[in-house]
Amino acid sequence: MGTVTLEQLVKRYGAVEAVRAIDLDISKGEFVALVGPSGCGKSTTLRMIAGLEEITSGTIRIGGEIVNDLPPRARNISMVFQSYALYPHMSVRENLGFSLKIAKRPQAEIDARVAEASDILHLRELLDRRPSQLSGGQRQRVAMGRAIVRKPQVFLFDEPLSNLDAKLRAQMRTEIKLLHARVPSTVIYVTHDQVEAMTLADRIVIMRDGLIEQVGSPEDVFHRPATRFVASFIGSPTMNLFDAEIANDRIVFAGGDWLPIPDRLKNRAIRGRVALGLRPDDVYPTGHGLRSASGSQLVERNLAVSVTEPLGNETLVFVAFGGHDWVTRMLNPVPLEAGQTIGVSFDLARAHLFGEDGRAIATGD
Amino acid sequence: MGAGAAHSAALFLAMLVICAPGAWIVLNSLRPTVEIMAKPPVWIPRRLSLDAYTAMFGGLGQGGVPVLDYFRNSLIVSITSTVIAVAVGIAGGYAFARYRFKGKSALFLGLMLTRTVPGIALSLPLFIIFARTGLIDTHLGLIFTYVALNVPFTIWLIDGFFRQVPRDLAEAAQIDGCTPWQAFWQVEFPLAGPGIASAAIFAFLTSWNEFALASQLTRSVNSKTLPVGLLDFTSEFTIDWRGMCALAVVMIAPALALTFVIQKRLVSGLTFGAVKG
Repeated sequence: MGTVTLEQLVKRYGAVEAVRAIDLDISKGEFVALVGPSGCGKSTTLRMIAGLEEITSGTIRIGGEIVNDLPPRARNISMVFQSYALYPHMSVRENLGFSLKIAKRPQAEIDARVAEASDILHLRELLDRRPSQLSGGQRQRVAMGRAIVRKPQVFLFDEPLSNLDAKLRAQMRTEIKLLHARVPSTVIYVTHDQVEAMTLADRIVIMRDGLIEQVGSPEDVFHRPATRFVASFIGSPTMNLFDAEIANDRIVFAGGDWLPIPDRLKNRAIRGRVALGLRPDDVYPTGHGLRSASGSQLVERNLAVSVTEPLGNETLVFVAFGGHDWVTRMLNPVPLEAGQTIGVSFDLARAHLFGEDGRAIATGD
Repeated sequence: MGAGAAHSAALFLAMLVICAPGAWIVLNSLRPTVEIMAKPPVWIPRRLSLDAYTAMFGGLGQGGVPVLDYFRNSLIVSITSTVIAVAVGIAGGYAFARYRFKGKSALFLGLMLTRTVPGIALSLPLFIIFARTGLIDTHLGLIFTYVALNVPFTIWLIDGFFRQVPRDLAEAAQIDGCTPWQAFWQVEFPLAGPGIASAAIFAFLTSWNEFALASQLTRSVNSKTLPVGLLDFTSEFTIDWRGMCALAVVMIAPALALTFVIQKRLVSGLTFGAVKG
């Protein structure tokens, strides 16, 4: 297990800056997820750490040692690829033992470590098969087994679950989490799926356009997003996040609909154009909310339902307000019809405000 | 059932068209010239003999054809030129498949354009150059020629096979501790193996069968290859069809054997597993 430190890391392809001077400290045994939309530089960052991509400038340290100019094989890392990258001409056993064979370890040790890894990942019966004879989930496990066998300082995962169907993905997500609990290790996990990042990681790094937008625990990035982008990227359904103007202690939306400014912000003299954000949990049909009223600052409006999405235990109700459809989460749902007018509670104690530069002025708690 | 029968009939017809000339050559090598030249043709031979073969391999010193020398020349020239063409093809194909460099597409196009030049158009310039440099009637001259003919093709074919080997595999191998060189030999080379094998077959057969250029560039038993040697069976007034056919059979046999041996690997290699789920 080792630490990973990135200092002012830059990757440029010609005139395009894929990664723009990022800093990141990852401590021993930490599970860090790099998350962001495609093209945000997360995979490039991972590949630079792996040594598969040259760095333009900056420093990468693994276990305290500068590895800028070391080839991948000298960095003591393992990587699980999106495509799994299993060697098609080798059996599962040979795939698992390949790195040890290259390192010229004695056969007895190779056998023991392959057996150990295949026990952890339930690959015992598959050892003599070829990758082409395995299902997607099995290939995924072999890819992870190959990473484990090496006992590296750092595990790198490059969107390992994106080739699996939704059900299998959820199952493998749990397996990865269990695996990390059983085999303590430093993990850097790249994904575009914020749910994966939230469920797996100790810390989440949200990237956009080659820059880090925010680094924090899943709770941090969910409850205290540092930027408008983070607020819109994290959470499902997406946060209600709309432009507004502050005037006379009111947050006024296009078309004249308004909400009062949250009490806690009254004496901060915020004015001008802002974006107001409220999670679907914090806007709800009155009486169907998640939280008790204590600590809330509830404002009620009567709004027309535009569409409903029943999910069984809850219903997502879209209501029209301020020229936009707001998504609200209705617990203990009752049937509603489109066009019907209902009372909707806005919990302003949990409102997020973002300035015109996209940075948070105030977050939810 | 009807479709199956039609399928079989069509297959039979196609195989007949492909195999009949070969079978005719084998047949003619086993019977006297009188019967070969008979009109109307004699379909069913009356008497078969291996005379032509014994004459061919035993008739040295009686004005016979030095088949063993030709055979040796053919082997040396074909194998050497194939090995070189495949080695260059692997290096070049890998470079074209994996690396970006200046003038890559122009270079690739240039290589392909060389294949549009008919081989025979090269014979005079080659003859002049080789005559000046003393390469006429040497193994080396033919080897150069065949390497030049085959390299664009082997590069093109092997490039295509390396493109089908995902980059991830070599990267995974490097992370697993391989040097780039080891990653190539342990992972990429075995996976491109079928392509390399087929490139080798094609290069070998081109060299083995080539006649037009070899007939210009060779003179004597020093370098004459089997296809050129076939001409030895023609003299001023007669053509020894039986002997020619026998030599043709001798030529076909190793090529056929090689193709069979490599084809087995080729087919088994082509079925390697998909990478993604």
